[in-house]
Amino acid sequence: MFSEMFQKLWDNGIIQAGIWETIYMTALSTLFSYGIGLPLGLVLSVTDKDGIHPMSGLNRALGIIVNIFRSIPFIILMIAMLPAAKFIVGTSLGNQAMIVTLVIAASPYVARMVESSIKEVDAGVIEAAQAMGTSSFKLVYKVLIPEAKPSLIIGSVISMVTILGYSAMAGTIGGGGLGQIAITYGYQRYNNDIIWICVILTILIVQVIQEVGTRIAHKTDKRIS
Amino acid sequence: MIEIKNLNKSFNTTSGTIVALSDINLTILDGEIFGIIGLSGAGKSTLVRCINLLESPTSGDVILDGRNLTELTRKELLETRQSIGMIFQGFNLLTQRNILQNVCYPLEIAGVKKQDAVRRAVELLELVGLSDRLKSYPSQLSGGQKQRVAIARALATKPKYLLCDEATSALDPNTTQSILDLLKEINRTMGVTIIIITHEMKVIDQICDRVAVIDNSRIAESGYVSDVFTNPQSQIARELILPKANSTESVVGERQLRIIFDGEASSKPVIANLVLECQVPVNIMFADTRDIEGKAYGQMILQLPDDIRQQERVLSYLKAKKITFSQEV
Repeated sequence: MFSEMFQKLWDNGIIQAGIWETIYMTALSTLFSYGIGLPLGLVLSVTDKDGIHPMSGLNRALGIIVNIFRSIPFIILMIAMLPAAKFIVGTSLGNQAMIVTLVIAASPYVARMVESSIKEVDAGVIEAAQAMGTSSFKLVYKVLIPEAKPSLIIGSVISMVTILGYSAMAGTIGGGGLGQIAITYGYQRYNNDIIWICVILTILIVQVIQEVGTRIAHKTDKRIS
Repeated sequence: MIEIKNLNKSFNTTSGTIVALSDINLTILDGEIFGIIGLSGAGKSTLVRCINLLESPTSGDVILDGRNLTELTRKELLETRQSIGMIFQGFNLLTQRNILQNVCYPLEIAGVKKQDAVRRAVELLELVGLSDRLKSYPSQLSGGQKQRVAIARALATKPKYLLCDEATSALDPNTTQSILDLLKEINRTMGVTIIIITHEMKVIDQICDRVAVIDNSRIAESGYVSDVFTNPQSQIARELILPKANSTESVVGERQLRIIFDGEASSKPVIANLVLECQVPVNIMFADTRDIEGKAYGQMILQLPDDIRQQERVLSYLKAKKITFSQEV
């Protein structure tokens, strides 16, 4: 059925390790990306000219930076950011270094996702909160974030899937995971079945993330009874 | 007391400056229900937002109990807003909070202890008749129920003033009635001064003490509801209050009269007496009378026959009986 190569990889636990590496690289990168992207996205939406605290200069400056990072193809950005990885985690190889580059690449993307979720919050609800004397700061954490929560969760699922895709590319420059297995054992050694197995495993992981995320979002959304 | 003095508001847009409010002067007394009526785009929503400075006026003053709101610091303004409740056409409840948490929200902002906040919220939800829905979410409520929650929320911090921005415009007639009754009750029992923005005559008619008619960014006229309704001075007030008769086909003749009832007259069978005494068959094209503060007011459009002598008889009869009327063409 499967090739000898697959048997060998499985027996040595390489496939299993690849699955695990993909999952934890994706999970950690998403987490850290939100650490940067969530506040960045909040600032972008709050300082927008239609936001609750317009600051056009800051908004434009951040917008340009985000756009620059978003317009560089990931594979190039990743290589360009290897020195940054070396500076932060002490190496430009391995999963830790890849997490750094993934976070740098994904944070601007996450910021835009967060920004669009926050902008979906009904202007009337914001106005009502302002009429009740809510300060801009409290408005963010008592109204904007809770009201946007279901949308933020959906956004994080989309971001996570995107980061998972990026992490596969990281396999080409020294990262681990299913992407690296597909390239090293599949593509470079002409074992097409390894490539397909990695693809199927990746699809399964994406399905699980999507399904679980959608359910959580649905469950937390009080608009649907 | 709320005094609005020489208030102007304009918006700068890419297509030029739009004047939303122009030279507005109004005084709203404590304990009254004050209505502001106008067509859409007249500037009434902007006006109500200038009262709590959700929109800051381009020039002019908003003086609330002697304090000029336009001169307050940001912090003072936020505190002042807690003494001005506001409800909206779209209810604007927090969708991810249940009813109880919604009513607790302004108390959280005001720094009230959670226990006290919950007690107050439960009390208010009882007042608006929703004590059995505390754990429901806004999406599970009807429009009228949502507006009741919004009213409870607006009253949580015991405000002196309540601003209502088209609060009944999204509701059906029965629900509108119950919300208006609730507002009137709140005005009477809690002494809350209520400012109502609306485009519906009925709302003004039913609960307001005084009214300002706003047209084209300006106050066209203002005064006691009974005065403005019986004797509208401005063109816009006439249009809003005196509905046009949809008379197209002539049945008896061309000549039409608009008869205005002013409380006294409509308690007598004026038209029947007119027909009997003048022996003229008049045609009632349109009739709309209403009860305002115990007195009946309204108007009727009569079509007279072509015969000049018959017309003269009717006109002299009306003059003799001192009934207000105007000739329509």
